[in-house]
Amino acid sequence: MAIFSVYVVNKAGGLIYQLDHYAPRSDTEMTFSYPLDLVLRPRDERVVVAFGQRDGIRVGHAVLAINGAEVNGRLTADGKDVLEFLSNPANYPVSIRFGRHRLSSNEKLMLASMFHSLFAIGSQLSPEVGSSGIEMLETDTFKLHCFQTLTGIKFVVLADPRQAGIDALLRKIYEIYSDFALKNPFYSLEMPIRCELFDQNLKLALEVAEKAGPFGPGS
Amino acid sequence: MLGSPDRRNSELFTLTYGALVTQLCKDYENDEDVNKQLDKMGYNIGVRLIEDFLARSNVGRCHDFRETADVIAKIAFKMYLGITPSITNWSPGGDEFSLILENNPLVDFVELPDNHSSLIYSNLLCGVLRGALEMVQMAVDVKFVQDTLKGDSVTEIRMKFIRRIEDNLPAGEE
Repeated sequence: MAIFSVYVVNKAGGLIYQLDHYAPRSDTEMTFSYPLDLVLRPRDERVVVAFGQRDGIRVGHAVLAINGAEVNGRLTADGKDVLEFLSNPANYPVSIRFGRHRLSSNEKLMLASMFHSLFAIGSQLSPEVGSSGIEMLETDTFKLHCFQTLTGIKFVVLADPRQAGIDALLRKIYEIYSDFALKNPFYSLEMPIRCELFDQNLKLALEVAEKAGPFGPGS
Repeated sequence: MLGSPDRRNSELFTLTYGALVTQLCKDYENDEDVNKQLDKMGYNIGVRLIEDFLARSNVGRCHDFRETADVIAKIAFKMYLGITPSITNWSPGGDEFSLILENNPLVDFVELPDNHSSLIYSNLLCGVLRGALEMVQMAVDVKFVQDTLKGDSVTEIRMKFIRRIEDNLPAGEE
């Protein structure tokens, strides 16, 4: 059972805290000889697999590392363009690691503010007045749980669909926020949370919730 | 009970608050400025304390001022100061009420000297209430109208509802 990540969004829709607790490792590293039987193309700031699927490598996976060194967007670790590098037979055999790309902090910021807007749309669509807003978003690979406090702060947790006890976890995160972020006089409201104690206690709470498993916490 | 942890905590609290007020009096030299500072500090406490209160007490949103008065007197004051003030003197429009405190933990052992006759010793509380309610979209005016430190029989805090704060409403509250 796993809790994948936690996001905290302030009243204006800005992301003030983000933690990736567990990422299902679906990276595959393999050695290839010339010519490469996967079709690669650039997309955004990365090089992704456009066509060709084998041994765990899927369409949409990005090139994460070449010969053990992590790539930097579309350039290899030593600054050469990835696609050029891989079209040169002299560079083979080469070991490439493919996997789902991790979201960058900017992407997370953008997604958090988009979620904030969707949340507002959700309340407006409601046929009844005073709707709670989006509480859960469900997909086949994860469930997103959201809790908005009376003061407008949103706590968002992404977890395995079978994970139970997330409601209690959201309340617990609210308590941890009110303790370790707000009671720290050097933390300014609505700003990014950079408090060690908040991190530590949050991670502890996530571990407790995960151990409880699909049946929820004992109490 | 003498020496019990609760009593020791509350004495340290009284001493700390007293040290704060006397230092402000030295720094600002006139009572009006001290009152303003206490209100400001209270406001900063209130905007943070509200989240702790909501996280621990699980109360839902109040939809009228009477509910608010009840929650403040029976849950909030009890939680943070260990006292339950009574609610009286409702205005005909239901937008003003008084909290009567028979004892105020902030002023245990305190006597106000003559040269500080316009000092509102517990003004921090007004700031706290104002800050906390602002975070749940209520603009209120809070002031002391009676004070045992000034010779009145009870301490009375008057709270007036000004308006609902409409900007930056959390989604779903419109």
